[in-house]
Amino acid sequence: MTCSRRDFLKEAVGGTLVASLPLSAFTILSPEEAKAAIAEAKVRWAFLVDTRKCIGCGLCVTACKQENDIPFDAPVTRTWVERYVVTKDGQTHADSPMGGRDGFIDDKIRDEEIAPEDIAKAFFVPKLCNQCDNPACVQVCPVGATYQTHDGVVLVDRDWCIGCGYCIMACPYGVRFFHPEHKVADKCNFCYHRITKGMEPACVQSCAFGARRIANLRDPDDPVTKIITTERVAVLKDEYGTKPHVFYLGLDANVR
Amino acid sequence: MKRHVLHPLWLAIGLVGLILVARSFLVPDDFGVHGDSFTYNFHRLSNIQEWQDFPVKYQGYDSCTECHRKNVRTLRRSPHRRLECENCHGPSGNHPDDVEYLPRNTERELCLRCHAFLDYPNSARSEVPPISTRMHYRRQECVECHVPHDPREYIE
Repeated sequence: MTCSRRDFLKEAVGGTLVASLPLSAFTILSPEEAKAAIAEAKVRWAFLVDTRKCIGCGLCVTACKQENDIPFDAPVTRTWVERYVVTKDGQTHADSPMGGRDGFIDDKIRDEEIAPEDIAKAFFVPKLCNQCDNPACVQVCPVGATYQTHDGVVLVDRDWCIGCGYCIMACPYGVRFFHPEHKVADKCNFCYHRITKGMEPACVQSCAFGARRIANLRDPDDPVTKIITTERVAVLKDEYGTKPHVFYLGLDANVR
Repeated sequence: MKRHVLHPLWLAIGLVGLILVARSFLVPDDFGVHGDSFTYNFHRLSNIQEWQDFPVKYQGYDSCTECHRKNVRTLRRSPHRRLECENCHGPSGNHPDDVEYLPRNTERELCLRCHAFLDYPNSARSEVPPISTRMHYRRQECVECHVPHDPREYIE
């Protein structure tokens, strides 16, 4: 039997490919198993923020801090409200003192007085974790302490986190911070302990103006899902490819 | 093989074995890939349950209705009907069992969160009845005159 070098290489590559196919690739799922695999993905949490309804009271930030045991006077927060004032000369002034925890009572922005007649538009934008489909923060975790659950929420394992801070740097939205008491990375998780019990997140419940709402994207009858799928919604920093799942109604181009 | 090759080799193999044994004790059994992606689903499975067991503190006004029916009804019929009880009274947590837990906030700053006048005509803020923080009874608490459960009423 003769065998040319070319044939030998062909056979070798083909044989290696066949041999590397795992047996599990040929498993045939029973209907029950297939059903269970699909049922797991029956929930995909998403969030809808209507910036036109937000009045900047900051009650959501207060509620979040108290609900999730975030030290009240520490300059860290899982959700925050930003104020934008665009003046007629095209400049954007933005602030968020203590994350908007105490609301916006003063019309000064960063100690700067802006005359009412100079204001072209002014509005408030609540922000929180985007629970991305491609979370950059999870990709960089060196120890597997942060992960995505099957319903789309990104969680941090407080027992497993080593506090290296890579994820805090990686998040393009700046939603992660170092928890001053637990000494680990922390972030909004849509109040995972509430949404999995059928309750609304604390910020949604405390919002008196309906500016914040939670949705299950896999439920076509969910009224908030209907808004997200039928109305013109925007996301923050789409160009990063993280596929964020906090959708905004009435988002202005000045919001970063 | 020569001894100077074999000795370090055994040492290296032993070290790897030691690390593997230590790892089997230190890494929890449920640590692994739980989902489709090694990148996003590599974690300790029981941590999901740990987050679900986190205590709820904001209970919502439904939980207040049982004992405070009259106040809840007054509030629900007033222009303040959008507000949750816990926005002013604080998170109820396990309130009926632990009465001390409930701090009531009667500060002027709490009302000003919504009612402080900001001259933003195209913002929803302008739809809330505004007061001037500098002119309107500057050093007094709002609740000295206004009834928070029904702001249409005044305390004489």
